[in-house]
Amino acid sequence: MIQAITDWLGSEAGQFILFSALKILGVFSVMMFIVAYAVWVERKTAAAIQDRFGPNRVGIFGLLQPAADAIKSFLKEDFTPGHVRKAYYWLAPAIVMIPSLLTVAIIPFGSWIGAQKMVIADLNVGILYTFGIVSLGVYGIVLAGYAANSKYPYIGGIRSSAQLISYEIAMGLSVVPLFLIACGLDVGQLSEGWQKFLTGTGSLNLGRVVTWQACHGWLIFYAPLSFIIFLVAMFAETNRMPFDMPEAEQELAGGYNVEYSSMKFALFFMGEYANMTAAAGLMVTLFLGGWSLPIAGLDQPAAAAWVGLLHIAIFLAKVACVLFVVIWVRWMWPRFRYDQLMDLGWRRFIPLALANIVVTATVLWARS
Amino acid sequence: MQDILFYIFAFLTLVFGFLVIANPFSRNPVTSAMFLVLTIVSMAGLFVLLHAFFLAAVQILVYAGAVMVLFLFVIMLLDLRAEERRRFKVLAVIGGVISAGAILLIFLRSLLSTPLGASDTPTLEGGTFELGKLLFTQYVLPFEIVSILLLVAMVGVVLLSKKELK
Repeated sequence: MIQAITDWLGSEAGQFILFSALKILGVFSVMMFIVAYAVWVERKTAAAIQDRFGPNRVGIFGLLQPAADAIKSFLKEDFTPGHVRKAYYWLAPAIVMIPSLLTVAIIPFGSWIGAQKMVIADLNVGILYTFGIVSLGVYGIVLAGYAANSKYPYIGGIRSSAQLISYEIAMGLSVVPLFLIACGLDVGQLSEGWQKFLTGTGSLNLGRVVTWQACHGWLIFYAPLSFIIFLVAMFAETNRMPFDMPEAEQELAGGYNVEYSSMKFALFFMGEYANMTAAAGLMVTLFLGGWSLPIAGLDQPAAAAWVGLLHIAIFLAKVACVLFVVIWVRWMWPRFRYDQLMDLGWRRFIPLALANIVVTATVLWARS
Repeated sequence: MQDILFYIFAFLTLVFGFLVIANPFSRNPVTSAMFLVLTIVSMAGLFVLLHAFFLAAVQILVYAGAVMVLFLFVIMLLDLRAEERRRFKVLAVIGGVISAGAILLIFLRSLLSTPLGASDTPTLEGGTFELGKLLFTQYVLPFEIVSILLLVAMVGVVLLSKKELK
């Protein structure tokens, strides 16, 4: 029996399943840790900006606050109002969490450790998969608004579906120039390490974008307009501050999650931060060089295990920086009005993103 | 493994598809729309089994992500109570049976005229690169005609949404 199990683990399929499971477990734990401590960083940053102390009662510097919050969420009464639509009321919080967890599956968070590539699923359609999953994210919020069966959550749900659809278009269009540029990667010209790293990948693979950036420099310098559009769309897609229409407290008493309490409410809250983390990971991969760093030979796929770990650390440090900027903006900017938000999305960013594609394509064509 | 997955996805597609139109538990249009999303997702699974990854991703991106969200958006803005109360109408049932029967007939005829069996290597295989190349060389005319269709729809929307024509 034990012999059979070890044999199976030695086989190709067994190895694949074993290491995939390990990677999924690792990524999930790190992501949940980031989500928990992003909340803590958010509260501390807000306190510093508003000249307060912030959480400082549980543990030193309030570092155990996330744990206390989690216990509080679990122990609170899970109250279900009488007028809600039960099935959707239960489903919505789960649906909010799932897309953000699925998105991180294709983000390359490192190069190699041993013979394992540090990405859960190395898909050829990479970026299309991401946008497919991101576009499913709207269901959680819409269904939460619908399930609540009362006015404010309903308006919150309607607002958010319109907002998310609008900014998805701008976001999708903003990354097209990146792939036009990264398509010019001539794999045959690269060193052996890179060729091994890119075996079997297609032109929409995220690993290729990282490779291009490691060889030529970060894409934020080549496509700054794309970066700006992507950044703004990212705030809108994750319902963060300048665009947090769906849950505008002063107007909607909290928006789509008004009727929720205890762990279900906590899931919406965690979903927002998980979305932020996934979006930050995507932004680092697309614009900020992914796991590579243009110093000390760190822009080559790792040969030794400790270099592989260093690559993961670089990736996480970059994600942390992006997350901090996202949190910082929340306490610095007032909220947009809803019509301004729609105007910005449809009449400014979408034409701008389209023009960006045409200009990039023309420049690339002229230079080829 | 592939066969088992095919049967699972095909079964799910059929079950969800049935629940879209004739859900015995609920006459709620939102529920129907959500089951249509699940049907689309399981069909994307079938595309993946055919190695058509691009098609699978686009299926989810366009249909599940964009079209169905708009469906849901419109359904939520309408008054649903009348729909929930409405019972089966004799005329609608007869019309439905006739059209479904006609499609079944066409399907059976084409099925019987071509022998089933192991086909050649899947022709859908290939990355986005090959697909794009084909679309802009061999199939450029149909591709452009479809684009014009979309343009016509867009012009129609602009025309309809204008309150008064100048």
